[in-house]
Amino acid sequence: MPKLTVDGIEVEVPAGATVLQACELAGKEVPRFCYHERLSIAGNCRMCLVEVKPGPPKPQASCALPAAEGQEVRTDSPLVKKAREGVMEFLLINHPLDCPICDQGGECDLQDQSVAYGRGRTRYTENKRAVTEKYMGPIIKTAMTRCIHCTRCVRFAEEVAGTDEIGALYRGENMQITSYLEAAVKSELSGNVIDLCPVGALTSKPYAFEARPWELTKTSGICVMDAVGTNIRIDARGPAVLRVLPRVNDDVNEEWASDKTRYAPLGLSKRRLDKPYVRRAGKLEAASWAEAFAAVKTGLSDLSGNQIGAVAGELLDVESMVALKDLMKSLGSDRFECRTDGMALPGGGAGAYRFNTGIAGIEDADVVLLVGANPRWDAPLVNTRLRKAVVKKGAKVFNVGPEVDLTYPVTQLGDGAVLGKLPKAAADALKSATRPAIIVGAAALTRGDAPAILAALGKIARAAKIGAEGFNVLHTAASRVGGLDIGFTHDGGIAEVLGSGLKALIVHGADEIDTNLEGVFKVYIGHHGDLGARGADVILPSASFAEKDGTYVNMEGRVQRSYRAVFAPGDAREDWAILRALSEVLGSKLPYDSFAALRARIAAEWPHLAEEGIAPASGEIDFGTGGDFDAAPIGRFIHDFYLTNAVARASEVMQDCSATLLHGAPALEAAE
Amino acid sequence: MSHAASATPEQHHAFDGFDWTPENAKRVKVILARYPEVRKQSAVMPLLDLAQRQVGAQTKTQGWLPIPVIEFIAGLLGMPYIRVLEVATFYTMYNLAPVGRHHVQVCGTTPCMLRGSDDVMKACKDKGLAKGHTTADGLFTLTEVECMGTCANAPMVQINDDNYEDLDYASMTRILEELAAGKAPKTGPQIDRQNSAPVGEQTSLKEYMA
Amino acid sequence: MTIALLEDKDRIFTNVYGWQDWGVKGALKRGDWDGTKDIIAKGQDWIIEQVKASGLRGRGGAGFPTGLKWSFMPKEPREDRPSYLVINADESEPGSCKDREIIRHDPHKLIEGALIAGFAMRAKAAYIYIRGEFIREAETLFAAVEQAYDKGFIGKNACGSGYDFDVFVHRGAGAYICGEETALLESLEGKKGQPRLKPPFPAGAGLYGCPTTVNNVESIAVVPTILRRGAEWFAGFGRPNNVGTKLFQLSGHVNTPCVVEESMGISFRELIEKHGGGIRGGWDNLLAVIPGGSSVPLVPAAQIMDAPMDFDGLRELKSGLGTAAVIVMDKSTDIVRAISRISYFYKHESCGQCTPCREGTGWMWRVMERLRTGDADLSEIDTLLDVTTEVEGHTICALGDAAAWPIQGLIRHFRPELERRINERKGAALAVAAE
Repeated sequence: MPKLTVDGIEVEVPAGATVLQACELAGKEVPRFCYHERLSIAGNCRMCLVEVKPGPPKPQASCALPAAEGQEVRTDSPLVKKAREGVMEFLLINHPLDCPICDQGGECDLQDQSVAYGRGRTRYTENKRAVTEKYMGPIIKTAMTRCIHCTRCVRFAEEVAGTDEIGALYRGENMQITSYLEAAVKSELSGNVIDLCPVGALTSKPYAFEARPWELTKTSGICVMDAVGTNIRIDARGPAVLRVLPRVNDDVNEEWASDKTRYAPLGLSKRRLDKPYVRRAGKLEAASWAEAFAAVKTGLSDLSGNQIGAVAGELLDVESMVALKDLMKSLGSDRFECRTDGMALPGGGAGAYRFNTGIAGIEDADVVLLVGANPRWDAPLVNTRLRKAVVKKGAKVFNVGPEVDLTYPVTQLGDGAVLGKLPKAAADALKSATRPAIIVGAAALTRGDAPAILAALGKIARAAKIGAEGFNVLHTAASRVGGLDIGFTHDGGIAEVLGSGLKALIVHGADEIDTNLEGVFKVYIGHHGDLGARGADVILPSASFAEKDGTYVNMEGRVQRSYRAVFAPGDAREDWAILRALSEVLGSKLPYDSFAALRARIAAEWPHLAEEGIAPASGEIDFGTGGDFDAAPIGRFIHDFYLTNAVARASEVMQDCSATLLHGAPALEAAE
Repeated sequence: MSHAASATPEQHHAFDGFDWTPENAKRVKVILARYPEVRKQSAVMPLLDLAQRQVGAQTKTQGWLPIPVIEFIAGLLGMPYIRVLEVATFYTMYNLAPVGRHHVQVCGTTPCMLRGSDDVMKACKDKGLAKGHTTADGLFTLTEVECMGTCANAPMVQINDDNYEDLDYASMTRILEELAAGKAPKTGPQIDRQNSAPVGEQTSLKEYMA
Repeated sequence: MTIALLEDKDRIFTNVYGWQDWGVKGALKRGDWDGTKDIIAKGQDWIIEQVKASGLRGRGGAGFPTGLKWSFMPKEPREDRPSYLVINADESEPGSCKDREIIRHDPHKLIEGALIAGFAMRAKAAYIYIRGEFIREAETLFAAVEQAYDKGFIGKNACGSGYDFDVFVHRGAGAYICGEETALLESLEGKKGQPRLKPPFPAGAGLYGCPTTVNNVESIAVVPTILRRGAEWFAGFGRPNNVGTKLFQLSGHVNTPCVVEESMGISFRELIEKHGGGIRGGWDNLLAVIPGGSSVPLVPAAQIMDAPMDFDGLRELKSGLGTAAVIVMDKSTDIVRAISRISYFYKHESCGQCTPCREGTGWMWRVMERLRTGDADLSEIDTLLDVTTEVEGHTICALGDAAAWPIQGLIRHFRPELERRINERKGAALAVAAE
């Protein structure tokens, strides 16, 4: 723990800290452009120069200099002031004065720091450099004349995303940042370079010229595009969500977000169900809420108990599911299910279906067995953690299932049956590992032979002495762990819920399975006119995740709260309120008149859902007795990363990404 | 990174399916043996040079690096394409577009400038060469280069693999004419001089003169 | 103290002009590879002590004591982190052309030096990084290395010493910046030649992250002779702290430009008179000298004429010995163009990595070009000077300094000339306007 002084203030810093970190600890702001705490140190912008004694008689780049015992650091000396002014001047001489038409305006590091550290007038009278724009795909808009060559984007692509697609070509003042041959950046994390870019060189193409940051209402939310629970900030103006950015949460998403997290929400304004509909004479017609509720009542009349079923979709918050469950119970039915994909899980407590090692914890795993999981698509921000484990800490990864490029070396073992007798190398590695982890994904657990796979995993876990802390289910649905926590399940699973004897079905935001059943009265509650709404007899328009407060439980079992950023469009209402009103019409009124009352009811039965964070879970896991392996190879659970749910499918950006990045369609360039 | 003027897609595609000649495949083995196996990326520079020479031999020019060649080498060394392209664009000796049969590289840095590189450049221009361009007959590409480390024999020009030193307008003109005529001009100093020894009477090492 | 001219018997590079065979036969005749095994037998510590005692300072420009540099290397290299010697033959500093002569005419001195130095620092192998444009020189070097392998001088049990040592040659491809030691290492690893941040220094983490020492060709090539003739012999030339013999490279406006080995500390006048055939047009015609390669500031005629050519002597003139590349300029020189061309060189060779150099070198060159024609305001001279101080000392490597110093030297010594051009042009413009 070296002790040093910064502008006379004594600070003690952890061993290995840099002078820049020491300055921050001392409360001294040090300007910087290239430095980013989650990327390797480049030291190239030279903005963070400080004076350090002992040392050479010139300013030092504080981002790259190790803090050492007894150093005297000055951030306020004339030498430092001149150095900063000089660097700022150099950064600006070839930077265009186009702030008024630059989308970075208002949140631009260069703009902010030039106010704080710049000289206020230029001495440069030569022509400024112009650099051609580079095509980087549907998401990243470039204005490379603005580039200050900090190489954050290059380092992100190489280090975090693991896709070496961006580089700096040529040299000296001709140096240019570009994607290889100006092709679309294919990384599913590409949007992060927009946040990382300290200037307006890389901006968001879909957000171009939409708004200034000070016009936006910023709301904390939770992403529902996968089961990671990425912490997001929803930026809206008026009724429209204009963009979604990640919030920092070191335990979950660090400060990254997948491209789906960022751009699927642009689908919130497309294909919306904004009024109730009732099917009359075979045709859906707009209706009032009263008419719609009446139609539901009519449809359910004469039905009772398990003649009525319900399914909960992938994007739902806990509150909505609890209200639906309560309604079903009050109707006397226990025919409801949230595992729309038919996922089989081990028996036991919450530990049997969670990602127990934890998203941050998986970084420390030393041997990982992937089974039917494609973390790169199932949960991109779990994949970045696995990448760290492999690349930075030397973890070994074995894979059972289809071969995929996870951006790090993976040993391919084969298909499901290989679990019956694991190759020696893998078995030995797991046995000798200090922090082994098994990650099983939906592609394996939704197969007919899931019991065989689970039983085999049980044996492997026992042989390698892997407890619950090393067993992980890689969920893909944001609602899933919450649904399991509140028991939104049926013993016979989705097959039985949709099976014989069903007369009426409430489909709550479930768009990934076919719920059009012959002779079944179908009520669809949801926000997008997608698969689930098709064939519905009554449609009750609800709020999307951005339009309501809600609790989500991520794959780790982490309880997180999301807040309403905008109001649901038209006549659409928050889910719980729809269910509460419907229950009254049906004559079995739910016992809460407010969202707070609903939350209190939840807290009473499931106290852990009332507190943010991860509650301890029972480590008991029953892997079952197995069955026969299916000879068919394990497939992929997600076939198109960009189009996994109704919101994403409504997003033109996601459609474009899918078409150009996955299906090789020619780039759609707006005719400018 | 010389000749940033880009080649046409057709020019690049002409090298689809690029592979080493048998002789170069042997050279590749020798080159790779110089570096630890896990550090074979170290071989990227010599391999790019070798590939450029092979392209040159195939096209009877000084060669360049078409995209399929860059990707071929990336594949060989397990490097991402962009990293090889970075290297190819960083160093001046890699040509990113075709050059002529003779790549005339006139040093223009101060030590050569002081001793008449302007005249050398003028001799080239008077022969129809233009900086950054290849003559219509494909014979000469002219580039002004930075110090070639031959300052005691300034001014100088490097043409293909050879230096021509202690030049003036006349000797440069003669060299270009000889090259155009398919001859091989004498390399090294173009005046009566032993390498970098002083002209005239030797000031040192007289007893070591052959 | 006057320094005597070097006699042939004290010259190390006796084949610098290539009068004789560069090959192993010629080398043996010149005394190379003589008793190398015995030298190695005296042990690492002895060699390093001798090199320290000889007072040898790095010949690549910075002048860091060579023996001291070697002593930073680990005494017990780990199996998985072998030590490397990397020899910097990326000779690209304008004015410099000495390593080329060693490589093409006396390569075995370098290879023998590599073995001895490599042994002394407990390195497993040496990589010689030769600039790409030295095409024929590299051919000679490859051939010489092969000869040395064939003779058993290097490789397994080198010279019968029991020490295994490999020497590899790596060609660059055109980038001055690779002469900076960490850029050279990046380049050798197959990347762009962009200097690394220091610390860590190469002795801690260099090539492939392993302990590495980077030495100039001349520094290594003189070592075998020093060890054979004794540290005192080498230390006997020149002035204290500035000892030994040195390859000087005379270019520009001397009557007989040449490369010549002389005693450190020899006076400029003697060096030029003896080997350069005098100044073109006589001593009165001397304008200025860049005494150590393009990165050091120029020195006006009056100050340099009798100055000693060594580290301290030239530092006193606010310049430096650098690589001892002496660029002489007579009064016919357009001094502003001469320096502006150097500014262009640095702009061309900036790697582009860090801000002050990437942006500053281009800015400085563009202003220099206007100062050349006088198309500037008088105040721009001071602005330019200020810009050089914003580049100097603010960059990752020394290229920024090297780009700043020549301009500082010009303004320091030739401000009236810059002002004259501006005023004359302004006068001409006014005259035109008045017409």
